[in-house]
Amino acid sequence: MGLLNLLSRRGSGPGLMRLPTGSFTLDPSGRIVASTLPRSFPAVHVQQIGALVLATFRSAREAQIPLTELIADYAALRLTARELRGGAIIFLAPR
Amino acid sequence: MSTRTRHKILLLDDDHELVELYREMLGRLPSQPEIFTATSGARAIALLESRSFSLLISDLNMPKMDGLQVLTIVRRKYPQLRTAVMTSVVDAQFRTRAYAMGIDLFLEKPNTGQEINFFIDCIESLLDRETDTGGFRGVQSKSLVDIIQLECLSQSSSVLKVTNGALAGRVWFKNGDLIDAETQELKGEPAFRKILSWKTGNFEILPAEPERNRTIFNSYQGLLLESAQALDEAKGRLPGGDGASGVAAESPLASLARFNGVEFIISISGADQKFDSWSAENPEQVSQWVRQTIQRFRSLGDSFQAGELNQLEGLGPQCHVAMVSKANADLCVGFHRSLSQDLVRDTMSKIVNQWDS
Repeated sequence: MGLLNLLSRRGSGPGLMRLPTGSFTLDPSGRIVASTLPRSFPAVHVQQIGALVLATFRSAREAQIPLTELIADYAALRLTARELRGGAIIFLAPR
Repeated sequence: MSTRTRHKILLLDDDHELVELYREMLGRLPSQPEIFTATSGARAIALLESRSFSLLISDLNMPKMDGLQVLTIVRRKYPQLRTAVMTSVVDAQFRTRAYAMGIDLFLEKPNTGQEINFFIDCIESLLDRETDTGGFRGVQSKSLVDIIQLECLSQSSSVLKVTNGALAGRVWFKNGDLIDAETQELKGEPAFRKILSWKTGNFEILPAEPERNRTIFNSYQGLLLESAQALDEAKGRLPGGDGASGVAAESPLASLARFNGVEFIISISGADQKFDSWSAENPEQVSQWVRQTIQRFRSLGDSFQAGELNQLEGLGPQCHVAMVSKANADLCVGFHRSLSQDLVRDTMSKIVNQWDS
């Protein structure tokens, strides 16, 4: 049945990005030194997360609220970051 | 002759042939909606800007801007728009993420005649629900009072579970009598009154619990009337008085600060970015940091469709902080460093509920 064949076509476009499970470590300059994140998760996002976490720790210090741990609770993901001597270890866990 | 305007449905899928097929299927809906189509996210958003739609049906797997990206934008810009996902991506994670974004329906693309009928029924039922400005998702056109009356009049035995943000409450019915209610630390009539004061939320009807003890002995009509009067009176007492925020007899923030472990509070209104603070040492600097941090994390979440940013928490050697952003306003609460992370989260959720109300 032509109509049903048409309807049953699966996955026409490029793959959707899955939210990753894993962690990565950044040195104080923002360089990724270790990662357990899947390769399918774009490096640009990893860099973006890392840069934001380091910038947030820095700006918190400047605002006189020094932080050692940061948790961003999204509807579909939890991001936990711990400060490591100027760098950070960041855990990503989808819900 | 009916004067009712026809619903407008926007159908988004990158496959031209499928779009045409769905257009034909949806054209057969009893409500005879007008069908508009788009084969890219950008085109769909442009169409949404040009006219008002009742429903957006979107595919997930699309090039350039995928369905989740489109839904992120749509949920923020058009929160009243009903949204459905129809996809061939059979993956629980995407289903969860789509529902976390607040879509109304997640359907797999129909493969059989039966599935096509089911799809059409689901869409028709979505269109049947009138949109309104508040209400309880589940039976959108009904208020919580309507739902309670319905349960009582139909002599039901059931448990009504109501959620309002982080708050959850339950109301027990037995043979049409309202017998008990519970929310957080409240039980019985006070809990029922509290639940009725929630203006929006979700509800779910759960199976009856026949062994539940009765703590409410007043009639449901009496209780509903009493609660309605109390709400009216409370409304009458709302702003319009001296209007001075922060310097009134008691600042609204001071009432939030009654929770154990709270060290400071800062609230920032979105439009004019004015802030109000309670007990903060350098409120200007902190409010700026809060605003910037929430904004940045929100954009980060949007960039890989992690859903709404519910809360940000920071733990530090001097104090802990928790931040939320709701209805165009941000709230940051500083907690004593001795509080555990769980306690910070728990207290923050109570503060946010009070702030919301």
